[in-house]
Amino acid sequence: MEKSPETRRYKNSFLNWIEYRLPIISYMEKEYGDYPMPKNCNYFWSFGALASILLVVLIVSGIFLAMHYTPHTDMAFDSVERIMRDVNYGWLLRYMHSNGAAFFFIIVYIHILRGMYYGSYKYPRELNWILGVFIYLLMMATSFLGYVLPWGQMSYWGATVITNLFSAIPVIGEGLKTWILGDYTLGNATLNRFFALHYVLPFVIFGVVGLHIAAVHVHGSNNPTGIDIKSKDDSVKFFPYMLVKDTLATCVLGVVIAVVIFFGPNLMAEVDNYIPADPLVTPSHIVANWYLAPFYAILRAIPDKLGGVTLMFGAILILFVLPWLDTSKTKSCNYRPVYKWFMMLFFVNFFILGYVGMKPAEGIYLLIARLGLIYYFGFLLVLTPLIGKIETPKSLPASISDFFMNKGNNIKESKSETELH
Amino acid sequence: MRILLIAIIFLLPNYNLLAENSNSSKPKHKWSFSGFTGTFDRASVQRGLKVYREVCSGCHSMKLLYYRDLIDIGFSKEQVKAIAADYTIIDGPNDEGEMFERPARPSDRFVSPFANEQEARVSNNGAYPPDLSVITKARKNGVDYLYNLLLGYKEPPEGFEIGEGMYYNKWIEGNQIAMAPPLDEGYVDYDDGTENTLPQLAEDVVTFLAWSAEPELEIRKKIGIKVILFFIIFGIIIYLIKQRLWRDVN
Repeated sequence: MEKSPETRRYKNSFLNWIEYRLPIISYMEKEYGDYPMPKNCNYFWSFGALASILLVVLIVSGIFLAMHYTPHTDMAFDSVERIMRDVNYGWLLRYMHSNGAAFFFIIVYIHILRGMYYGSYKYPRELNWILGVFIYLLMMATSFLGYVLPWGQMSYWGATVITNLFSAIPVIGEGLKTWILGDYTLGNATLNRFFALHYVLPFVIFGVVGLHIAAVHVHGSNNPTGIDIKSKDDSVKFFPYMLVKDTLATCVLGVVIAVVIFFGPNLMAEVDNYIPADPLVTPSHIVANWYLAPFYAILRAIPDKLGGVTLMFGAILILFVLPWLDTSKTKSCNYRPVYKWFMMLFFVNFFILGYVGMKPAEGIYLLIARLGLIYYFGFLLVLTPLIGKIETPKSLPASISDFFMNKGNNIKESKSETELH
Repeated sequence: MRILLIAIIFLLPNYNLLAENSNSSKPKHKWSFSGFTGTFDRASVQRGLKVYREVCSGCHSMKLLYYRDLIDIGFSKEQVKAIAADYTIIDGPNDEGEMFERPARPSDRFVSPFANEQEARVSNNGAYPPDLSVITKARKNGVDYLYNLLLGYKEPPEGFEIGEGMYYNKWIEGNQIAMAPPLDEGYVDYDDGTENTLPQLAEDVVTFLAWSAEPELEIRKKIGIKVILFFIIFGIIIYLIKQRLWRDVN
């Protein structure tokens, strides 16, 4: 085979040797060195990097935890406590893993909200969005499986509630549930397979994240204006400009996450999970992990079990078609005066759903959950297609550098003003 | 969008705190181990151990603790050996295939008062005294809750129907508890001359339980401060580099 003319030459002969056989050096250079980032990306564009870092932290801490964990109903709880007490820095591993998972969700939620607000899911990044929603689905499954492993009260009863959902499916429901549990009730067979799946799914997530990143690098990142890179002036290289911003964001996250891990490691945990699982005692109210609470609220808002399950899964699956529900050509909500406020309301509504998802489903909470549910679907299915048709977007800047210069000028002006005072 | 970010940052971690609001009316106690730099008051933990050994251990197990763990709270190896030797455990089988009794060693787990749950229930009017190893983590606002609970035994208000063998307690869910008032003034005599009032006994035993639930607390906070400082200093350096780099772009 003839040598391709593009093969890069490097000063270092070892790099050359590798590059000639596997062009990974030039690939890394292209994707993480020279990769053009729009100049005007704000710190919301660092959350993808933060999520990737957390995923690695979770996988590494998880592997070490798995070395000491015993997936058996009689021993799981004690083995987790053994990790906390007798394994060197086991408490650190476990708290990093459990709080890291919670922060992974926080980061990913902000990442998703950013994508929604700035219209990152629109042409030509639809597939990228779909891969993202797929990652989110996998995350939910993985976190649920992981939550079962300590075999505390909330593990056991949470898993009972969730696996019972499958029995709502007509005809095959009961059989499906038994197949998933590996037994007629939640037991050792279930715990074993949940551990196996919890170990393997993060690697699947890792793979899909790879695709997700590769896909976004094809057309480049979106930016707050929502317009594409048109000239070299519009962008900066990933290295070092974006990397330094991502590193700064990592430091900020590091401070926040360290405060939680070291000074309030159980703030986001359910106390009932420090009580060993007891199939004979039901906790006074079974709550979902807080990061799944919005969907738990939707589930319980419907009096009919099958209806609740359908809507709960529907609430996630509907996100897959968001790029085709949105009829507006304008990407960024900064230039969509009407839709912007409904989008904000959607975010707030999601929080409220999460809050009522943690409360008992009765009285006022049930009412709020139902209203929240109506807005959740109403926004995605009715408002999003409708507003795109009737709204007049603001005029977009001519180019990113144009926008960036103006913004820079504004800052300089205000600076000189303060200097004057 | 910026306002939203701030809202998110403040709302997200507060989910649980908000959900726990119902608990906030309970009185809070000041603990030696709370706050960013709080450490366990060793003398209090040791007194708490005495309270546990003389009172609580009659019904409650602490299966996750080893006697050797007591070295962490300031006992010498010899003292720990002596404490362990006060208990008898069943070991075996020996070479003849027989189970035998021997005094406990520092490497043994805390001896449980009952052989199994059934025995515990039959001795306690059908109720099962929970294991206390991680009890402060297993209740909402655990340390304050337990302290309040120990002081919360009162005469039931008029018209309150109390079950057979149950006691009225202000702080337990449903206000009925199967545990008889476990502590009262003078129940345990302290060796170090500390007054053995009921609040003192309660504070000491809860401090001991808090240590038992989170023996890593002190080292955790110590490392935590270093980690936070690292990220702050590293972050400042990165921030300065970033300002320098982006000056040209701007």
